[in-house]
Amino acid sequence: MKADGGAELVRLLHERLGDGSPAPGPGPVAAPDLTAAGPEGRTARTELALREATAAGEWAFFDHPMLALSVAGSPAYLEPDAIVVHPDGGWTVVEIKSFPMVDGSADAAKVGAAARQAAVYVLALGELAGRHTDGEERPGGAARAAGDGLADRTAARGPEGSGGDAADRTAGGAQAPGGPLADHAAGAAERVRHRVLLVCPKDFSNTPTAELVDVRKQLATTRRQLSRLTRIEALAAALPEGTTFDLRLSEDGRTATRPVEELLAAVESVDAAYAPDCLAVCELAFHCRERTRAAGAVESLGRGVRGELGDLTTVEAVLAAARGEAGDAGDPAVEALRRAAALRSEALAAASYGGRPVDGGAAGCG
Amino acid sequence: MSLITTLARMEAAGDGHARPGATVRHRHLAERPLVLVPLTTAGEAGAPLGALVGTDREAPRLLVVAQPRDRDLRFAFLADLADAMLPYFEAYGDDVEAAERSEADPETGKKVKVEVELCADAPQLLVPSAAGVEYVRLLGRSMRFRRTAEQDPDTPYPAPPRVPLLGRWLTHIGERARVPGSSLLLAMTQVLARHWTTGQSNLEDQHLGALLAWIDPPPGTTGAEAALRAELARGADGLLTTPPAGPATDPAFDNRRLAPAIARYDAARAEVLDAARGRFEGDPGAGTVPPEASGAGSARARQHAAHEALRAAEREVRELVASQLRPTWDAVWHGVDLLRALPEGGRVADRWKRDRWSYTAHRDRVRAGEPPQPKRDDAVTAAQKLSARETAQAQLDAQEALDDPLVMAGRRLAGEAFAGEVSEVLMTYTEAKVPRPRPLLTIRTEDRPYLEEHAKVYRALADGRTQTGEFVAYEPGALVVRVTGGMGRGKTPEPGSVPDKGDRVCWTLFEHAPRGGPELPDPEHTPWTHGGPPVASGAGAGGADTGDSGPAPVRAFEPAAAAVAPVAALAADQPDPVTSEDFL
Ligand code: SF4
Repeated sequence: MKADGGAELVRLLHERLGDGSPAPGPGPVAAPDLTAAGPEGRTARTELALREATAAGEWAFFDHPMLALSVAGSPAYLEPDAIVVHPDGGWTVVEIKSFPMVDGSADAAKVGAAARQAAVYVLALGELAGRHTDGEERPGGAARAAGDGLADRTAARGPEGSGGDAADRTAGGAQAPGGPLADHAAGAAERVRHRVLLVCPKDFSNTPTAELVDVRKQLATTRRQLSRLTRIEALAAALPEGTTFDLRLSEDGRTATRPVEELLAAVESVDAAYAPDCLAVCELAFHCRERTRAAGAVESLGRGVRGELGDLTTVEAVLAAARGEAGDAGDPAVEALRRAAALRSEALAAASYGGRPVDGGAAGCG
Repeated sequence: MSLITTLARMEAAGDGHARPGATVRHRHLAERPLVLVPLTTAGEAGAPLGALVGTDREAPRLLVVAQPRDRDLRFAFLADLADAMLPYFEAYGDDVEAAERSEADPETGKKVKVEVELCADAPQLLVPSAAGVEYVRLLGRSMRFRRTAEQDPDTPYPAPPRVPLLGRWLTHIGERARVPGSSLLLAMTQVLARHWTTGQSNLEDQHLGALLAWIDPPPGTTGAEAALRAELARGADGLLTTPPAGPATDPAFDNRRLAPAIARYDAARAEVLDAARGRFEGDPGAGTVPPEASGAGSARARQHAAHEALRAAEREVRELVASQLRPTWDAVWHGVDLLRALPEGGRVADRWKRDRWSYTAHRDRVRAGEPPQPKRDDAVTAAQKLSARETAQAQLDAQEALDDPLVMAGRRLAGEAFAGEVSEVLMTYTEAKVPRPRPLLTIRTEDRPYLEEHAKVYRALADGRTQTGEFVAYEPGALVVRVTGGMGRGKTPEPGSVPDKGDRVCWTLFEHAPRGGPELPDPEHTPWTHGGPPVASGAGAGGADTGDSGPAPVRAFEPAAAAVAPVAALAADQPDPVTSEDFL
């Protein structure tokens, strides 16, 4: 797919854009070397290369760049499949997936997941673009930033920057991550394209096809979620002293040596908000499900069921309320449950005694 | 999920036994359904690995692709699949009854009644799960554009004509399955979950094994226990004891059993080729090797052994794939048994008739030599389908409620219907020259429908007709309804058309036979912004294959289809180019 140094992907992108930007030349496109030691190094390397490629005003292809995004106060390192730099200085995130796109459309759930994933990259690029817009005024800052780790870099640039807000922004992760993009709405938001290029196998072959996917909605959601995340220190502080999820891997790096009971106890010390959706995404799901079921929590039957049940949170409480054994009859949730129970047993009784009730054609009338 | 269903889930979760989700069967179940259980290869989304298919639960036909990356083997699989399935789809085409349909007269544009054929019955394909339905669509999409040698003598991989034909049928029923209440193609998990309520979530209900375990657990266990086992239990070999219903396989099976078996198959095939080459090179005629009689003999022996080994390796892959398919095959038939035990809903036959219309329409298109369904619907067809589906949903909702007191209970709880005993009947009449009866019914009920004055209400009569009425007033513990229709033409209501004191009646706020929204314009009157003429009309004709039921959608399209068929043939989608890395 990327064997030709990304030239084919850049061509696909150009074709899909149809925005009148100059077509990439026939040969290879610029593809900077992004190798560096460690995630911090690679992030810095990516950042520097992005500045250079943007300044060059040509198509450029970034294969597996590394970006940083502050999540709950700690930097998280992200590795998009690729980024393309446009001649006009725009950046497009490229996401390569293995599910097929048949006649231009693909499984909606999978496209949605890809869009959510890509939105996180766009967000990280947005933060970077925010710094970049500052950096353009001070080329010196970029050169310095390249060598340093993320934290060092922001600290180092702070004093030089215009009013030191660059440092606040990046270091202060608890602040709404929407901030950077909003601050630099003019420069940064334009720079990072909100349409990502989703690349999939075409129809029933392994030849690539691509579509631009607008991720603005996913961006807004991700931003909101990130801004609500509690800082990691606060989360850690809430755990019992000494809690660790360390598996104590043995030397081969694969075998866990930590006793299972100890690990279970650690996992159990954390509150889980299990819902059946977890089954598709989380490896702990069967464990959390067992706990949730054992506790009789109604969420084990689906996220949606809570809505109608008011304060009733367990299966037992719901059943008792429905049977009239517990619950406040004045509570609208309890009242609705009792009506539901009465209507349901009336209908079941009607069905098993004769089936065809009075109202001839309408079997449905209990 | 209505509160009634939520409550049933809670009850099931409470004691581990599933609850009825319906008191009648709401889907047509064919006397002789065709069951298809497909499996795909891990990693290559969609590449077929094998299938069990057939109408006889004791004797399914096993189709296996021993090396899923081998194009020739995959094509052979599709040809075999068409062999097994196409005759079933075609078998219903000749037994017809006469029916009427209104069509636009090509000259005047007026609607006229035309005598047409309606197939007396239609095929029904059952697959294990929703993912199976998706796979049927994918198969249909890949097969219907396959070229035959007759169409194109130069095509690199010509398909037998039955392959694109089956592709078109699969596409048709795959589209039809998007119409609520249709039954040409059903996913067993969805039908079972419609009729039983388990103590697990909707998501978990998509596991056929777990769902069946809830509904019909082995003696001595609860549904909850059995379902957990079906989901998680692994044998000594590390494989799931209830393999997934597909089309995706259990990764443990892929890695531990299948991959090594396929590797052995590959090796055996390489050895066969090698042995053949060795023999060729060792042929005395070639003169490269001294003509030693014993050498030729051992080469023959080697070749023989290689063929034996290949057959054994192939058998091994087949048995492995069968071991993963068979439990699902049996599960689908188990589901069929459970569904058969339910009495069919009163209005199911009515919906099945629409399926028969849909089947007949596609039969006609195939017989008329129309091209396969286009890759993408043009805007007119898409809008047509959407509106047909909305209507079908409204009809299904009404019909299920009328057929099933449990569904009606949900509508009553939602304030969309009310039922109770008639406590008083007061005869009144209109003040017209010929006075018409307008009896006032007082109905004692605890239901609390959301009614405004003069709101229209509906009641199903014994003969299937719908009686209309209007809401008059609330009274303590009762409400008053004026009957406005369904009483015949005379001054006195027809006997039995007005309920008596003491009768139980049920009125709905929703119509019993809801019609679609405003009719969409014909393709030629659709603006180009919406895919109208001139170009799209060709594609639109091919796209008349809406998969949607009944005479209604057909009438707008059928004449156009006849008129532009040659254009449509030209405008038809091109087949997929063959690439070296295709997986389906
Ligand atoms: S299953 Fe995973 S995501 Fe869900 S609550 Fe448990 S740990 Fe959290």
